[in-house]
Amino acid sequence: MPTAEYIQNITLSVNGESYTSQAEPRTSLADFLRYNLELTGTHIGCEHGVCGACTVLIDGNSMRSCLMFAVQAEGKEIATVEGLAEGNQLNSLQKAFWERHGLQCGFCTSGILMTLTEYFEINSEYSEKTIRDVLSGHICRCTGYESIVAAALDVANSKEAGNE
Amino acid sequence: MNEQGTNYIGQPVLRVEDDSFLRGKGQYVDDVKVPNTFHVAFVRSQMGHAIISRIDTGEAQAVPGVLAVLTADDLKEALHSLRLPLAFPAGKLDGTAMPPVLASTEVAYVGEALAMVVAESRHVAEDAVDLVYVDYDECPALVDPREAMKNNADRALSDTLSNCFTTIKIDYGDCDSAFDTAAHVFHETFFLHRGAAHPMEGRGILSVVDPGSGAVTLWASTQASHELRNTAAEMLMKSNDDVRVIPCDVGGGFGSKFMVYPEEIAVAAASVILKVPVKWVEDRREHFLSAIQERDQYWDIEVAVSEKGTLQAIRGQMIHDQGAYAPHAITVPYNSASSIIGAYVLPSYKLEAHVIRTNKPPVIPVRGAGYQQGTFVIERIMDRIAEELDEDRGEIRRRNLIKSSQMPYSTGLKNRAGAPVVYDSGDYLACQKEALLAADYKGFPERQAAARREGRYIGLGMAHGVKCTGRGPFETATVRVSTSGEVSVYTGANAVGQSTKTTLAQICADKLGVNIEQIKVICGDTAYVQYGLGAFGSRQTMMAGNAVAFAAREVREKALEVARQLFKTSKGTPISKINRKLFVENGHIRLTDDPEIEISLSHIASIMRGAAGYSFPNDVGVGLEATHHFRADQMAYANGFHVCETEVALDTGHVKINRYLAVHDCGKIINPLTAVGQIQGGIVHGIGNALFEQMLYDGNAQPITITFADYLLTTATEAPNIDCRFRETLSPLNPLGIKGVGEVSVIPVTAAVISAVENALSPFGIHIREAPITPIRLIELIEQASASSL
Amino acid sequence: MKSSRFQYHRPSTLCEVMDCLKNLENPRVIAGGQSLVPMLNFRLIEPDHLIDLSGITDLDYIKKSGEEISIGAMTTHRTVEFSEIIRTHLPLMSLAVLSVGHRQIRNRGTIGGSLCHLDPSAEMPLVSMALDAQLVITGVAGVRIVSIEDFCEDMLSPAIEPDEILSEIRFRPWQKGHGWAFTEYARRLGDFAIVAAAALLDFGEDGRISKASLTLGGVGPVPTRITEAEVELVGQRPSEELFARTAKYCAEIEPLDDPFVPGWYRQRLSVKFAQRVLREAWAQSQVGNEH
Repeated sequence: MPTAEYIQNITLSVNGESYTSQAEPRTSLADFLRYNLELTGTHIGCEHGVCGACTVLIDGNSMRSCLMFAVQAEGKEIATVEGLAEGNQLNSLQKAFWERHGLQCGFCTSGILMTLTEYFEINSEYSEKTIRDVLSGHICRCTGYESIVAAALDVANSKEAGNE
Repeated sequence: MNEQGTNYIGQPVLRVEDDSFLRGKGQYVDDVKVPNTFHVAFVRSQMGHAIISRIDTGEAQAVPGVLAVLTADDLKEALHSLRLPLAFPAGKLDGTAMPPVLASTEVAYVGEALAMVVAESRHVAEDAVDLVYVDYDECPALVDPREAMKNNADRALSDTLSNCFTTIKIDYGDCDSAFDTAAHVFHETFFLHRGAAHPMEGRGILSVVDPGSGAVTLWASTQASHELRNTAAEMLMKSNDDVRVIPCDVGGGFGSKFMVYPEEIAVAAASVILKVPVKWVEDRREHFLSAIQERDQYWDIEVAVSEKGTLQAIRGQMIHDQGAYAPHAITVPYNSASSIIGAYVLPSYKLEAHVIRTNKPPVIPVRGAGYQQGTFVIERIMDRIAEELDEDRGEIRRRNLIKSSQMPYSTGLKNRAGAPVVYDSGDYLACQKEALLAADYKGFPERQAAARREGRYIGLGMAHGVKCTGRGPFETATVRVSTSGEVSVYTGANAVGQSTKTTLAQICADKLGVNIEQIKVICGDTAYVQYGLGAFGSRQTMMAGNAVAFAAREVREKALEVARQLFKTSKGTPISKINRKLFVENGHIRLTDDPEIEISLSHIASIMRGAAGYSFPNDVGVGLEATHHFRADQMAYANGFHVCETEVALDTGHVKINRYLAVHDCGKIINPLTAVGQIQGGIVHGIGNALFEQMLYDGNAQPITITFADYLLTTATEAPNIDCRFRETLSPLNPLGIKGVGEVSVIPVTAAVISAVENALSPFGIHIREAPITPIRLIELIEQASASSL
Repeated sequence: MKSSRFQYHRPSTLCEVMDCLKNLENPRVIAGGQSLVPMLNFRLIEPDHLIDLSGITDLDYIKKSGEEISIGAMTTHRTVEFSEIIRTHLPLMSLAVLSVGHRQIRNRGTIGGSLCHLDPSAEMPLVSMALDAQLVITGVAGVRIVSIEDFCEDMLSPAIEPDEILSEIRFRPWQKGHGWAFTEYARRLGDFAIVAAAALLDFGEDGRISKASLTLGGVGPVPTRITEAEVELVGQRPSEELFARTAKYCAEIEPLDDPFVPGWYRQRLSVKFAQRVLREAWAQSQVGNEH
């Protein structure tokens, strides 16, 4: 068993709910979300910060949850894919992914949804170029990105038309 | 709308898989939680080739939280053999083609597993891995297959007679006389490299043993759950019925999850020995080190063509870097060698393909399965013929294409089982015409000239691709209507991201006459389906799709028969007495012209499960269910034609893809939305193979590209917009007319991209005979060409 | 790919950091961690103690005082990217920061972390070199200020002791109307550059170049100023011919050479990019002056 001196209490908020759990400081935020909190929607693809599958929002900013330790997120507000749907309803971004076939195996999807959530939060003007720019922090082996871009553009158009 | 009142086949039906994925509720293998699970980290060879003189696990065993450190010796008690069984007997390779479960005497590539730590967490397991001490006697590592095949070369594996696994010989037509009489003869050499699969989710397996019965349940990230079940049962000396594989949601496969790996058997054995649930989840470093790849081929060939530029003969040799083992025998080199025919009439062909053992991870198919390489060769030859004869590239292709009127077309080749290779159907010229028209091929020279006036180097490339699809011999589907009215479809097909559940649900809904919302598809669970083959060879929509169609139709007929026997119309006439047609709609049996009749399938299902003391319908089997094994011995050939436009920056050598257009013929398209997704994804995978992906090794067979910062996958900013269109030439080989769609998209891409790059740089007179092509290599080629023209 | 075991410390003052550095065995300081955590996950480094600087709020700032811009070492690339002060006074940095990794990396990675990691082609060391930054280093023994030139000792090896941390980076902005340009080449957007280049040019009343800075990243082990070029540029009237001639000095650097990128290629790009950034800096100054 890990010796007690290494174990720490970690309290943070995920999707508006407060959680406390014990973990070693070397536990990545991704592992903490997945194994301690059983929020397995955040996926681990490379553990060196390139593939983007583990991207979550921390205080609203997209970050790699494999590139920080859970202890570093003490007291932070984390948003993960599990918090996107509005009750039973998929949100507009999720819906657009569904309609545009923006996912195949679904493994990279959660991270991409979080990055795009931030993108729509911090920008007021949208374009294919800037969408592809933020997506370049993710690797999707299935889709070729076209359908992901199309889904994001659907949301952008809808926002620009004032529907949201 | 079909007879059953549904209309799903051919429609862009939204996927049934997506809701859970979009909510983060998918259940991938690492999401499956079983109490008291222990975690594995493997001790892997740090040497390309070495004899193991000692493995010291003592210090690692003592780490708090470590349950066990196991070597091959420790696994003996649970395993029938310490080497995996030959998976592909047709390859005629001996047992040394297969990897050991854990290496015990010799390691043959960096990353080969030689011991495993089982611990309370992956963290602790990795701590202990660092404390396992292995003494190696280093042997020379074979890196280059051209060196390894020499007579005096060191052996890549001891106790083998040669580094050559086998030499594949293809020989048909009268090749030598064709060369004697040919108007033109060209010589070409090619170097082709293809990297690893890299699904975003790595491999993984969780093994749980029932303490009472000893039965083993394996949750696995796999493309072939039945193959895993069969191999695990054989290795663990258990009945097939005592091993169950439950495939989880699978985060992509692309070939890497098609083979049964040593690690999977080791994990299952560990759980049997230690009597605890054991889980291994591959990390990215392990995927780089130990998952399968495709890698290197060296081609050296001559081409004989007629006055008009039509192919007369090809002859030569190819050297294939197979890596340390050949777990799927010769699939990749055989496919590369045979796919050289592509879309063209090739009257005679003679090739020797040497399959060479090196000290690198084993090669088995990555998406496209070796076709990409043969296609690259033939498509580059087409460009070469056009250049030499000063003819248009499209026109030269047209002259050589197999015509639709020649279908079914016997190519002259024989498959691995010795049967003639016959293309079933297709209209290659129609695809080419449509694509070139849509790409404004006619107007391209003008656009190119205009760009060059601005100092921009743009180029257009094109390529055909043909891929055999729908590998048999069979696939299974069971369709069962529950008393709740829900319909379950069980199949041996594995869902690994290709929308299999959606397409099968569409087919079932149409053939049975229910709404798609009522259907649940369960893929690859060996407890429900005894015989299945899984996800490979672009086979599932064709094989499982037709199996579902037959099974669903049988269920429908069964329900109608029961209705005829047991029910009356609203006027009280027994249905059996009336001569009107019954049909199934929205999960209900109806009678034409009598809307009052509405017998639900769930009602029939409850009758069909029987009730003690009550009568049971005559001449029908128990249960509202049917199972069908769809057989296919011949393969359906899907094809596509790609047009690519690139721009090359002369200062850096950077290649930008400005435009990509693909016209594909995959027979009947069940779901255009998901089929387009398959094509787009395959094309971007191919762009990686053309421009980015390169698995490099140093002179000691140490891999040097083991992060995503060094091994580059195509990202959204480097991927082009892709215009994808379909033509439908139905395959005569199956009732639905389907051909596979999963791989054909990747096959022409390297050829098309590199053709476009070469075309962009045509003022420099360079020829590109390799893939991938890096910016550095392009600058080198440009400078070489400039120097030689001085 | 799990990190080896360490104890975690999150001091809230620089003093506490110093205590940690003084008293703990095998410590490692973590800023944004975007380069450090991959090294931990690969177990390339195995510290016993990880000292997280994120608890020190007074290391996260961008300030202008008099002629000087100072940036706290824990300021994220994101903050730099969106900073009005940086945009106005250090436009070169404002431009170059967009090439740092991806959105998700810029959100967490810090300027101090980037400087201390000192990747040969990283943008922040390059920009700091171009702008003659002064670095404030706080250590157990006290505070010292070093020039970026002295700080960039060798590849991935800044001149900073194990018991010191980088606390602030100071810049003297070039005067209004100067020209600036940055370019880099990476195989894919967001990758570490193969070669990066930055130029700053200022002009006298007579239209002649009065001040020049030309810096290359990814070519030498650390960002490199091409001083011979700078000397030759000053006093000259800007011209294509001048830029082409002075850019040639870049070929004199001994280029990095590795299995991925040969030295000759870096050399080739460095000359071309030097010429390009000089040209663009000139053009940029003219755009600036039209306003």
